[in-house]
Amino acid sequence: MSPTASRRKATEPATPEQRIEVRKTYKLYIGGAFSRSESGRTYKIHAAGRSGRFLANAAMGSRKDARDAVVAARDAFERWAMATAYNRGQVLYRVAELMEGRRGQFATEVAAAEGLTPARADKVVSAAIDRWVWYAGWSDKIAQVLGGVNPVAGPYFNISAPEPTGVVAALAPQCSSLLGLICVLAPIVVSGNTEVILTSEHRPLPAVTLSEVLATSDVPAGVINLITGRTAEVAPWLAAHQDVNAVDLAGAADADGLAWADLERAGADNLKRVLRPAGDGADAVEPDWSPVPDLTRIKAYLETKTIWHPKGG
Amino acid sequence: MAKFEYAPAPESRAILHIRPSYGLFIDGEFVQSSGGSTFKTINPSSEEVLAEVTEAGAADVDIAVRAARKAFDGPWGRLPGAERAKYLFRIARILQERSREFAVLESLDNGKPIKESRDVDIPLAAAHFFYHAGWADKLDHAGLSDGAGQPPRPLGVVGQVIPWNFPLLMLSWKIAPALAAGNTVVLKPAETTPLTALLFAEVCQQADLPAGVVNIITGAGQTGRHLVEHPGVDKVAFTGSTHVGKAIARSLAGTRKRATLELGGKAANIVFDDAAIDQAVEGIVNGIFFNQGHVCCAGSRLLVQESVADDVVMRLKRRVETLRVGDPLDKNTDVGAINSAAQLARIRELTQIGESEGATRWSAPCVLPERGFWFAPTVFTGVSQAHRIAREEIFGPVLSVLTFRTPQEAVAKANNTPYGLSAGVWTEKGSRILWMADQLRAGVIWANTFNRFDPTSPFGGYQESGYGREGGRHGLEAYLRTGASR
Repeated sequence: MSPTASRRKATEPATPEQRIEVRKTYKLYIGGAFSRSESGRTYKIHAAGRSGRFLANAAMGSRKDARDAVVAARDAFERWAMATAYNRGQVLYRVAELMEGRRGQFATEVAAAEGLTPARADKVVSAAIDRWVWYAGWSDKIAQVLGGVNPVAGPYFNISAPEPTGVVAALAPQCSSLLGLICVLAPIVVSGNTEVILTSEHRPLPAVTLSEVLATSDVPAGVINLITGRTAEVAPWLAAHQDVNAVDLAGAADADGLAWADLERAGADNLKRVLRPAGDGADAVEPDWSPVPDLTRIKAYLETKTIWHPKGG
Repeated sequence: MAKFEYAPAPESRAILHIRPSYGLFIDGEFVQSSGGSTFKTINPSSEEVLAEVTEAGAADVDIAVRAARKAFDGPWGRLPGAERAKYLFRIARILQERSREFAVLESLDNGKPIKESRDVDIPLAAAHFFYHAGWADKLDHAGLSDGAGQPPRPLGVVGQVIPWNFPLLMLSWKIAPALAAGNTVVLKPAETTPLTALLFAEVCQQADLPAGVVNIITGAGQTGRHLVEHPGVDKVAFTGSTHVGKAIARSLAGTRKRATLELGGKAANIVFDDAAIDQAVEGIVNGIFFNQGHVCCAGSRLLVQESVADDVVMRLKRRVETLRVGDPLDKNTDVGAINSAAQLARIRELTQIGESEGATRWSAPCVLPERGFWFAPTVFTGVSQAHRIAREEIFGPVLSVLTFRTPQEAVAKANNTPYGLSAGVWTEKGSRILWMADQLRAGVIWANTFNRFDPTSPFGGYQESGYGREGGRHGLEAYLRTGASR
């Protein structure tokens, strides 16, 4: 039964045949645990479209929540980065397996969040799962495609290979609540980075459900952290955080009261790698996430390490 | 150990024709500045004035950027890659032909020993042009096409600002990949070392490079700022201090300009007890005293395993005593002059802080010339991680020695820095080298060697040592529009 239906009938006495639905509390996902915002705040989430019906109270993440999430992501970094690429690939693939099992729930939430028909929402969920599978498969290919032996002019072995940048803070797209989220989230972790995701401000519920998938998958605690709340309130703290190595500003497009230039400027204090939002000039637009991507988003969070060693008999 | 006595063997300056004054190289010719402001460049080993150089103002920068844009939209942009390549090959060949002239001029203007400018800076600069020349007509094969098979395209006009430690070499790191990818450039050399860049302008003329493809504007920080902030610049490439790099990153925020930043470092050079100690000592010396320690990737923190620390330091001092400090043009000189009075003051300040914070200072007992800027090779022992000489980039011939007991401790200490440009590892154990290479958070790892450079080998840092790579396929990518970033 949909939340709307249950609400409409809430004033009527329950008949023996009628069952009152158990609703979900939508929480933050930090360090592998579900928590309310330390601030104690929530905000109302409504469905897209004409009905605009109430869907849930989402946790309204705070600066403190963001900092806790960065600490969790940093703690998780070394182990995740040092995991074998095969292992990371399997762990991420398992997320797609679990998403498939929850596709009905995702479709309902995406339909409500984005105002889509059930059929269209179902297609979006399929695309999101398939995109996750696509990125998971990259884990053990990145180094071969982007690295290699360099033919230096001397008796040296010289090789370059990509490594993860570290802790990445990302603003998830505001409009595409699941497919866009995954297009931002997956390329960060596939190479071994850990991340703090600030979800779509007005459409956060599919992201919270994704966090429940992550919690029951094999993704180690702290590798992916999700915070719901006001983008313009929390993003500046992440952009200025000295233990964050990179920021993804995709979700600056259509974010209320946010100038992405300010976030990039704050990031310069510790020379964060910055992936700017799509668009021209100061404008930020949310791209169409449906085409198969290229490696841009994977490359944005990689460092190239080059190793030299002499050769000798 | 006594030094061998050598008779002076100075390289002749007769090969040079330094003009009394230089204009700006814009649109294929030397022109006067609209502002008319000038400054002098001196020989840091004697304080002799070498030439008067123009300080480009905002109007000059604007003219240079427009010239570069005109060339990009015009003949250069239309030129097929195969023809573009030939210009780069020409430049590489002319640099080789005139290498002695460049080497002498570099040592005069910068203060580095002629054996380094002759054997490292200039040959590598030519090699960078030769390597990148070959890419110009092969960009479609560089593995940089997007998923739809669209080949990469140039970015447009590139603004480049380079430092004084490797003047011509840094110029080649910047200009060669930019041109190979099809861009045009406006480059500002450092204010204390403009002369080889101005001689390079002459090379561009000899190569008949189309006007406006390469523009050289001289000046100090303000000129660089005008260039970086000019709205007609599509990409900024900077090598220099982390402080200035952050300011550039701030100024580019909210624009669509690309940037690569190659900044400071505080590299750990890690010596294990099973290392070939004499080779390691050579590597330590090369790591910190090469180019007077004016090297962003210098091995300025020696981490030596406790069990061999006394032996390593003893042998190190014995070796450093043999270094010949003096006339940069003398072919037997190992360590030349500090590049400027300002840099010398910075080195003196930090070494005094090292002493006052409790580290033990030892300087090689060498006689320094009376005129010019000089600093004896110096080793600090008893250094803790909290000391400023262990944390801040000194950019001079000053080594800080720390010790460790376990590989884990070596890694923790090596990574305990906001920088991440390079690191060195000395051990005879292969598995330890590879483990260390995985653990060290730095862009270049030299194992059983140090300070090696090659045009095919990507160079650049992690964290606050900047972003982007120079050299190899990775460096080329920084000058191309690829994939979704098109």
